[in-house]
Amino acid sequence: MSNLAILPIIIPMLAGIIVAFTNKNVKITRFLSKLFSIISLLIVAYVAYTVFTNDSIILETGDWAAPYGIIIVADQLSILLVLTTNIIAATAAFYAPHSLSLKQETHYYYTFFFLLISGVSGAFLTGDLFNLFVFFEVLLMASYALIVLGGDKIQLRESVKYVLINLFSSMLFVTAVALLYGVVGTVNMAHIAERVAEVEQKGILTTIGILLFFVFGTKAALFPLYYWLPRPYIVPNPVVSALFGALLTKVGIYSILRVFSLIFVYKMEITHEAFIWIAGLSMLFGVIGALSTNNIKLIIAYNIIPAIGFIIMGIGIFNQDSLTGSIYYLIHDMIIKSALFLLVGVIAYVAGTSDLRRMKGLIHHYPILGWLLFISAFILAGIPPFSGFIGKLLLLRGALSADEIIITIIALLSSLLILYSVMKIFIRGFWGEKDESHMSKKVSAGLLIPIICLLAISVFLGIGAQFVYPAIDGIAEYLLDPQIYIDSVLKE
Amino acid sequence: MEYIILILAGILFATAIYNILQKQLLRIIIGTVLLSHGAHLVILTMGKLKRGNPPILDESVTNYTDPLPQALILTSIVISFGITSLLLVLSYRTAKENNTDNMEEMRGESNE
Repeated sequence: MSNLAILPIIIPMLAGIIVAFTNKNVKITRFLSKLFSIISLLIVAYVAYTVFTNDSIILETGDWAAPYGIIIVADQLSILLVLTTNIIAATAAFYAPHSLSLKQETHYYYTFFFLLISGVSGAFLTGDLFNLFVFFEVLLMASYALIVLGGDKIQLRESVKYVLINLFSSMLFVTAVALLYGVVGTVNMAHIAERVAEVEQKGILTTIGILLFFVFGTKAALFPLYYWLPRPYIVPNPVVSALFGALLTKVGIYSILRVFSLIFVYKMEITHEAFIWIAGLSMLFGVIGALSTNNIKLIIAYNIIPAIGFIIMGIGIFNQDSLTGSIYYLIHDMIIKSALFLLVGVIAYVAGTSDLRRMKGLIHHYPILGWLLFISAFILAGIPPFSGFIGKLLLLRGALSADEIIITIIALLSSLLILYSVMKIFIRGFWGEKDESHMSKKVSAGLLIPIICLLAISVFLGIGAQFVYPAIDGIAEYLLDPQIYIDSVLKE
Repeated sequence: MEYIILILAGILFATAIYNILQKQLLRIIIGTVLLSHGAHLVILTMGKLKRGNPPILDESVTNYTDPLPQALILTSIVISFGITSLLLVLSYRTAKENNTDNMEEMRGESNE
């Protein structure tokens, strides 16, 4: 029964190994990767169903009791994120054959893709701080390979920067875990939480907490640590960009959510108060970045930063509404960011350029593409009744009930500017006179169907909020009481 | 003994950061290697430096060595070893393709 918790990690890993052997025959590889991503999605959906109807599933590997062995914890928050990850992975598996070149596919794209999914699922599911580092490395290793796949001049140049910044923050992560181990003598998250609670987070513990925040903030691209993000994210193939934009920064933000709702919750006037300011600055600077450029891929990449700002704002305010809003926004943002990255990938492909100044009148040739972009801009900015609206409404309600007026104003202003930054693509690229030079390229249905699926899920998250909201509200309640997690893991 | 090792780790961190802030790609990589050495020393020190004690906690054993930092350090060494080799290959290819190993010349433009 408890073995269910490890399936979301094992299946993609096995799939990655199997498709490495069929690498020579690209047709079989494509078929297998679609098959495995669907199988993985179905199994994760079953595990999620079990977790939501019964209780958290906890796997103690090798039958070592909780604080001593390695544990995998599938609670409601982590399994929901793993489910979202698998939905994105499945759409990416269907999009990939139409987007990648044959050379990229035969250079083990699918293997690294599955290893990335395995690492991301592992990072969400682990209940051990050191294993979080290990899974971070698994997913980063896969991402290093994916980002450089193809080996263009510009890709190589940007990936060096990407590898360096991640290597630096990983080493700080190890140091922070070591320091924490030196103080509390354990790396099991529930056990750490228990011991930190006993001394009410005295002295150096807050410092270690902030060091961990610095590490996760670098991975999640928060202000002022976001400078590395936009350019490496636009150089690989759109499907890789979509995976990165949807998953990698979100693992960082999940780690912040987990660590600062479970372990470091006793000095909120220092840590969580700072999060609110960092959130405001992330929103402003991210949006300024998105407005500053004419490169459509860069616009979307910059839009990751304000979204991270919204999520961290909810964690900073830390009440029922704001945490529900944060989780809702996290799920929403994972789906819509992958859809947008895939979409601008198609637009850049048909226009032959990602420079907004060199495209016009695309709506005459590609009406479906235009309207998809229009809808996704609305979803992203949070126009009712779409999913961004529900998340933002809850976040703002939480902010107002905590009397955080300034951050509310910044959030509303930046929402407006986010809408403008994406609408700019629609207005400049799709309006205007017919341009015959765009006629030549056909958009295959294989590129559009995954995007439509993602947008449909996103629309459902907004319109069907009454079905989704109670579950997420329950997760927020669960996060506000760290004792539930500690008891479920340590079984006292 | 712990203090000396921690100061050594601090010196390694400082030299690592100095090297990472250089422009030449190879120096930056050496910086990251030194950084990982510093981090590993910190892990080792956190389990207290002792000699000659068994890593087993038993009722008859009063003085034992904590085995967990060794396990953590081994994992961490393997990972940083792997990443360093990847980084070396990546930098070599990058320097060859871009005809420079100077980070200052690897900024790029807005629309590529």
